[in-house]
Amino acid sequence: MEALDLARWQFGITTVYHFFFVPITIGLSFLVAGLQTAWWRTANEKYLRLTKFFGKLFLINFALGVATGIVQEFQFGMNWSDYSRFVGDIFGAPLAIEGLLAFFLESTFLGLWIFGWDKLKPGVHLATIWIAAIGTLLSSYFILAANSFMQNPVGFRFNSDKGRAELTDFGAVLTNKVALVTVPHTIFACFMVGGAFMAGIAMWHVVRHPDRDRDAFRTAVRLGAVTLFVAGLGVVVTGDIQGKIMTDVQPMKMAAAEGLYETQQPAGFSLFEVGTLDGSKSVYKLEVPKLLSYLGTGDVNGQVKGINDLQAEYEKAYGPGDYSPNIPVTYWTFRAMITVGGLAMLAAAAMLWATRGGRVPTSRWMLRTAIVLPFLPLIGNSFGWIFTEMGRQPWVVFGVMPTSAGVSPGTTTAEVLLSLIAFTVVYGVLAIVEFKLLLTYIRAGLPVIEPVGDDADDDRDAPLAFAY
Amino acid sequence: MDLTTFWFILIAVLWVGYLVLEGFDFGVGMLVGALAQDDDERRVLINTIGPLWDGNEVWLLVAGGATFAAFPEWYATLFSGFYLPLLLILMALIVRGVAFEYRGKRSDPTWRRNWDLAIISASAVPALLWGVALANIVHGVPITADKEYAGSFFDLLNPYALLGGLVTLTVFFVHGAIFVALKTVGDIRVRAKSLALRSGLVAAVLAVTFIVWTGFDQGELLVWLLGLAGAVTFVLAFGATVGDRDGWAFAFTSATIALVAIMLFVGLFPDVMPSSLNPAWNLTTSNASSTHYTLVIMSWVAVVFTPIVLMYQAWSYWVFRQRIGVQHIPAQTSVQ
Ligand code: HDD
Ligand code: HEM
Ligand code: HEM
Repeated sequence: MEALDLARWQFGITTVYHFFFVPITIGLSFLVAGLQTAWWRTANEKYLRLTKFFGKLFLINFALGVATGIVQEFQFGMNWSDYSRFVGDIFGAPLAIEGLLAFFLESTFLGLWIFGWDKLKPGVHLATIWIAAIGTLLSSYFILAANSFMQNPVGFRFNSDKGRAELTDFGAVLTNKVALVTVPHTIFACFMVGGAFMAGIAMWHVVRHPDRDRDAFRTAVRLGAVTLFVAGLGVVVTGDIQGKIMTDVQPMKMAAAEGLYETQQPAGFSLFEVGTLDGSKSVYKLEVPKLLSYLGTGDVNGQVKGINDLQAEYEKAYGPGDYSPNIPVTYWTFRAMITVGGLAMLAAAAMLWATRGGRVPTSRWMLRTAIVLPFLPLIGNSFGWIFTEMGRQPWVVFGVMPTSAGVSPGTTTAEVLLSLIAFTVVYGVLAIVEFKLLLTYIRAGLPVIEPVGDDADDDRDAPLAFAY
Repeated sequence: MDLTTFWFILIAVLWVGYLVLEGFDFGVGMLVGALAQDDDERRVLINTIGPLWDGNEVWLLVAGGATFAAFPEWYATLFSGFYLPLLLILMALIVRGVAFEYRGKRSDPTWRRNWDLAIISASAVPALLWGVALANIVHGVPITADKEYAGSFFDLLNPYALLGGLVTLTVFFVHGAIFVALKTVGDIRVRAKSLALRSGLVAAVLAVTFIVWTGFDQGELLVWLLGLAGAVTFVLAFGATVGDRDGWAFAFTSATIALVAIMLFVGLFPDVMPSSLNPAWNLTTSNASSTHYTLVIMSWVAVVFTPIVLMYQAWSYWVFRQRIGVQHIPAQTSVQ
């Protein structure tokens, strides 16, 4: 393998890994803020205990989100220096703004939330978690605006003297139509993760330990499941819009997602295909007629272009080369994304049904569902990203810069290999540590709230409410 | 003032902020090994920086992002060129962040010892390597006509750069000890002060050597003056520590770090990465910068939001101003 392949593997691994923690952070920060708000308004201790329980899981997860994010900030320079030179004028700005607007907000206010239980007035303390949660949304918006530029470059011109892309309209970058739909799609998908995490863990407790805090966990099941279901609807609606925009700006990605070689009108959506996927042989294919036309164009009789026609078009525009991404990967990740998300929504519906009107489920099926559920939207997110990014190949900036031109020219294969191994090993170990910690704290159940003495404010030697 | 100059200054300010702030939390991390005598004391140290270290680290992330936005060529050459040191720094920062959060989550002594080792080494390694990196940037490294770094890893380990690394390592250690003296009560505070004074002597010798070397290397009067001011504030920090003025002592070590960093950036300007092969190949504020339009937008963003950030960060330092000691450490928070 060359430095280019290794650098791609490294980017894929570090980014997908970062995005295991990110959706949990985004989804759970709002849910925890919601629970704390419920406690603030009702003074019902159940909500405080749930806040602390899920708050702790949230923090265990957040630590890795931060740690892996640092790598993201620098790896464009390390492995993709020519990419950084070429688009830095445009791409650097949202990244810097993300740091200034979002990361400072998240880190400072989360610090205040974690350690501030006894130092801030309850209302102010509640505000800190909301501010941190809003910080995660700002973060998503700016980084996704940067990513959307790579999917659909807008607001720039090519300067041939300097050999680089230059920003001409920052407003256009921030209101890129791809960004405007990618942001809600991704955020809804993150809320699915947060909801599934909460519902799954709480349901496990309900079924497994019916004698321990059943009422509180039942509340959490319902909160999580409703969030998951509603967010799922949001994901479907925005995903549908995304399909149309994608067909417009990156038709090759849509064709690849379908393994559609010949242009069709109307085009059916293939649910499942056994064959070679290089178009030469299809053993078995299950298709929903006209669905692809609708998904791609909004019209059941719309025309969807096939890979062969697009390849010919691109060769004319950009010269000889292979302009199609890896078809099996795009085809299957697209379906997997939708399938696991759909399964998660079904599970949410089942949980809501099973807990209706004060009921308490006890079946082993529900226990199994509870264990699997947190993973479903999480891997749905990974599939979504792998699809989006691999489907853009061979371009790093669509139609402007091929991925192979972006890699650092001075960096040696040995260096990239070393860093790839180092990241993979460290990430692997940390994943195991985090997973075990989460399990320990999940099993421990809701914490007991110790009453705070009345004189705690004046006693200078009173222990801190929270300490590492 | 030219916008490229403005952005050079802004990036310098971000680095100064980063080195002053994360400087003391790197120092505290190292002190977990050098100062604390039992688990409660280790927890006191970690909790002096508990709510603050992540916000401090964001100064680095913003410095990186700002470099990318304002001087893409600098960002590209620096981080692809200094590949292995940066990799080590990243590894350390990953482990360090996780360590603070995870250490107290179990009470098993082996678990805690391992995370303590992680905190100590992951604080020392970046403290050393940032000095090495900064000294190399200012001194100049082999950069070719296509703005690519052409040296090897070992070229970065030249005597001047290693000295720079030892300076950041030792000065951060002292800065951390003085921060601990400011933020704690009881026995640990007394020992922190005496350790600050003893290690301060080593740091002073290294720092003065480095300042003099830099003065001759750059040959500018302003560089000499800033270096001198840095040395003087360091001496004042000693005096304040002896005179029991912890707040002043901390202000003085902060000033030392800031002045020495400013000295380096003044020496660097108007280059951002001089080439040791041919001065014509230097990366400068003009040939490495983004377009004027991008800089205008970024300037507005920076002018509006930086004060807001400074305000709420300062507020969080105020909220956590209380000194702590072993008596404030609550019983085990972990479940096992
Ligand atoms: C949709 C959301 C999203 C996406 C696509 C990304 N991130 Fe991220 N990132 C977050 C959402 C997020 C977050 C939720 O805001 C995190 C998780 C934990 C945290 O502190 O913030 C975060 C943390 C985080 C941090 C640490 C911040 C700190 O220390 O507080 C950095 C430096 C980055 N990210 C940088 C990146 C880069 C350069 C990305 C692109 C390759 C990227 N992230 C993708
Ligand atoms: C966090 C969610 C993201 C995930 C999971 C993700 C995933 C991936 C994957 C799997 C690849 C490899 C594609 C391939 O090698 O064929 C890739 C490539 C890439 N992505 Fe993303 N991506 C994410 C977000 C972003 C964002 C927000 C940016 C920009 C800021 C970005 C920039 C890139 C770049 C520069 C490449 C080029 C390297 C390559 O093609 O291999 N990605 N990404
Ligand atoms: C009917 C359901 C869905 C449809 C029609 C849909 C559609 C799409 C499309 C077309 C893209 C690619 C956009 C592009 O490359 O320009 C995408 C990306 C993505 N999807 Fe979905 N999706 C659905 C469900 C889900 C689910 C259930 C999840 C996660 C739980 C999910 C998570 C993602 C993520 C994280 C991305 C990458 C970021 C982005 O480009 O928005 N999607 N989706």
